[in-house]
Amino acid sequence: MLACHPAKMLSFNRLISDGDLVIVYEKHDSMKAVTVCEGSVLQNRFGVFKHSDWIGKPFGSKVFSSKGGFVHLLAPTPELWTMVLNHRTQILYIADISFVIMYLEVVPGCVVLESGTGSGSLTTSLARAVAPSGHVNTFDFHEQRAESARADFERTGLSSLVTVKVRDIQGEGFPDDFSGMADSVFLDLPQPWLAIPSAAKVLRNDGTFCSFSPCIEQVQRTCETLRTHFTDIRTFEILLRTYEVRQEKMQSSREDGNDSNGSLPSKRRQCSDGSYVLGSCPSISSVMARPCGEARGHTGYLTFARVKCVS
Amino acid sequence: MSESNSSSSRVTWEGCSVLLDINDGDRLVFARLSPAAKLKIGNKNCSLQPLIGRAFGTVFQVDTAPNGPYLSPAQVNVNNAEEIGDGQGNNEMDKVNVNNAAQARDGEVNVESRDNRALVDNNTAQSLTGEDIEAMRRQGARGNEIIEALIANSATFEKKTSFSQEKYRLKKQKKYAPKVLMRRPVARSICEAYFKKYPSKIGFLRVDTLSLLLSMANVSSNSDILVVDMVGGLLTGAVAERLGGTGFVCNSYFGQAPYSMDIVRIFNLSDEICKRILRSPISDLLPKESPEQVLEHDVCNVESQSNDQTSALASMDEISHSSENGISDIGIENTEPAIEIRKAPKAGERPQKEIIDSWRENGFSSLIVAAPELDAWTLVRDLLPLLANSAPFAIYHQYLQPLATCMHNLQLEKMAIGLQISEPWLREYQVLPSRTHPCMQMSAFGGYILSGTKICNSTANSSSNRTVLL
Ligand SMILES: C[S@@+](CC[C@H](N)C(=O)[O-])C[C@H]1O[C@@H](n2cnc3c(N)ncnc32)[C@H](O)[C@@H]1O
Repeated sequence: MLACHPAKMLSFNRLISDGDLVIVYEKHDSMKAVTVCEGSVLQNRFGVFKHSDWIGKPFGSKVFSSKGGFVHLLAPTPELWTMVLNHRTQILYIADISFVIMYLEVVPGCVVLESGTGSGSLTTSLARAVAPSGHVNTFDFHEQRAESARADFERTGLSSLVTVKVRDIQGEGFPDDFSGMADSVFLDLPQPWLAIPSAAKVLRNDGTFCSFSPCIEQVQRTCETLRTHFTDIRTFEILLRTYEVRQEKMQSSREDGNDSNGSLPSKRRQCSDGSYVLGSCPSISSVMARPCGEARGHTGYLTFARVKCVS
Repeated sequence: MSESNSSSSRVTWEGCSVLLDINDGDRLVFARLSPAAKLKIGNKNCSLQPLIGRAFGTVFQVDTAPNGPYLSPAQVNVNNAEEIGDGQGNNEMDKVNVNNAAQARDGEVNVESRDNRALVDNNTAQSLTGEDIEAMRRQGARGNEIIEALIANSATFEKKTSFSQEKYRLKKQKKYAPKVLMRRPVARSICEAYFKKYPSKIGFLRVDTLSLLLSMANVSSNSDILVVDMVGGLLTGAVAERLGGTGFVCNSYFGQAPYSMDIVRIFNLSDEICKRILRSPISDLLPKESPEQVLEHDVCNVESQSNDQTSALASMDEISHSSENGISDIGIENTEPAIEIRKAPKAGERPQKEIIDSWRENGFSSLIVAAPELDAWTLVRDLLPLLANSAPFAIYHQYLQPLATCMHNLQLEKMAIGLQISEPWLREYQVLPSRTHPCMQMSAFGGYILSGTKICNSTANSSSNRTVLL
């Protein structure tokens, strides 16, 4: 997924080959991760697609099924991965993820500790941010989830940047060998306050901390516990509002020819199917935007803090 | 980890750039540390020399000495759980007050018995005069001692609710014991500081919006990112920070004159990272066929566009003048320009021919635009062909309409998929025992982003999914 080797870089010349992970794009909300395998086929409502037709085409190509339907084949990115991964738990989405990485000040070379791993949605973006020289150590107490996450990082080509371990972080804290080593700690746990003393121990001077919790009661306890070792404690909520864009025709209230704005696109006027018998009321075509009707109303609260600096 | 001037160092060095946060964000100053650099705090001129070689995150206070005021690190007691906070962060209260703070906390849990019905504001509540305070100072009293004296001589302090007591204490602390928090200048802190004090300089780009631009454009090591940065260099610096000395950020511009990227110098970018920031006119990046023609057309666009926007620009200027005092670019605070020149990173060189050729051959990995003064659609139409196939892009704008038009045209021309316009909404909370609620003030607007993925411009084909579905 990442261009850890310059040869892996996205390029005009990079062609899809056997074994590549591609994101099959049907629509904005309908995508699927597929590992290309000579001889395999993908079947969806648009027909049957032969993988062998994909090999040798550039990423971003439109490919056709036996029935003439099409999909696009995209190169994977952490954003696309978050939209297609297997949900084994609740996951973080782009708005929270982006803000977490910026606010934790994660940059290449950083060492980040995370718990729990969950479905690895955040981990994937953390790995991108610390690459090429940093590392993400992620812990989940659920053996199977850890195993599936490991398999996913193998598939997305991130395994050299991420280590998944099985551990009860609320019970045992982070391993002692990380003492004073972490640039940032991220928690997405049911009782994050239990892991805070350990987080303070593993963080370097001025290191950054973040905890994600859906409920305000969790935030309340987290903040109370943070005050002992942390400063700069701030809690946020971030949401995204998306917009739909349409070109619409509306009838002008004015008689034809009186429009001083001169914004009448004449070609739009004649493309009606004959229903515009009232030729004296011209229609105006314009591109308009409005917020989408439904949106996520809440994901969770993000609480950030910084280890107190002892100098 | 070396203590040298690298972006990852947690300790300051001579010539290093810092963000000084005075009294919980009341004043934010970017400064470059040198033995000669001075900063005026209140009515005192303090040398920045004591800040050199200190850890980022250290809080300083102004102390008085026979030879004048100086900055010294404030005591931080790590195991003190009694610290009271205002829930907004930055709550470094002084540990001299531990006892009072503990009392205040006891009082504020659930039941608050006092209220303010008996409080009368008649200016006679305080028996200490300005002269008394000056006298205390001359005898070497520290700020905290003055605050304690003010509280002891306040007739109304005891009657105040614990909440108002905290507020009173904070107000006096800001005046008599100012705190200077030394922060690391990174994309987050730089963006927040400008957004708070001088937002027009960065095109009103809020920190969460900036963070989304970086993810949506898949900024990652070893990639070549094409940017159009008319937000003072904030975007260029933020991208370079994420590249960590690999790949390239190509800061591109229309016409002859590059756009300002002053803000890049505020980041403590290592030489390795600075070398990865290149600057190029867009005409140099276009395919060699008839570049003249295309360029002319672009310049026209820019000109007509800027005429359209004169009124908008004028109003932004006013904002910047009124708030300019709060923030200072490095160099202004610096009394020793020689040091600055020695340390100034060499970011923004022209790319060598081989690099341009490789961009032409491979295409850029992604595109980010933050150009409030350029028309989004014509810009994207011209720049999208420079991207590799399947490359993501993210276009920021303060206004919705230009992005809506751009999105519509991209759809009509089938140049990109996964198109989406999004607007981030960010709300901060005060979290305190029995007093948790959203903050009273919030930024109501962080701008809009159009994001999408470039697709291969396939040769026209007749079949469509719609016919299949029917
Ligand atoms: C909501 S999920 C995390 C999702 C993740 N942030 C993502 O974006 O995919 C929470 C995870 O924490 C793990 N967990 C819960 N308690 C834990 C503990 N005490 N120690 C370690 N992991 C724990 C769960 O198994 C679960 O996988």
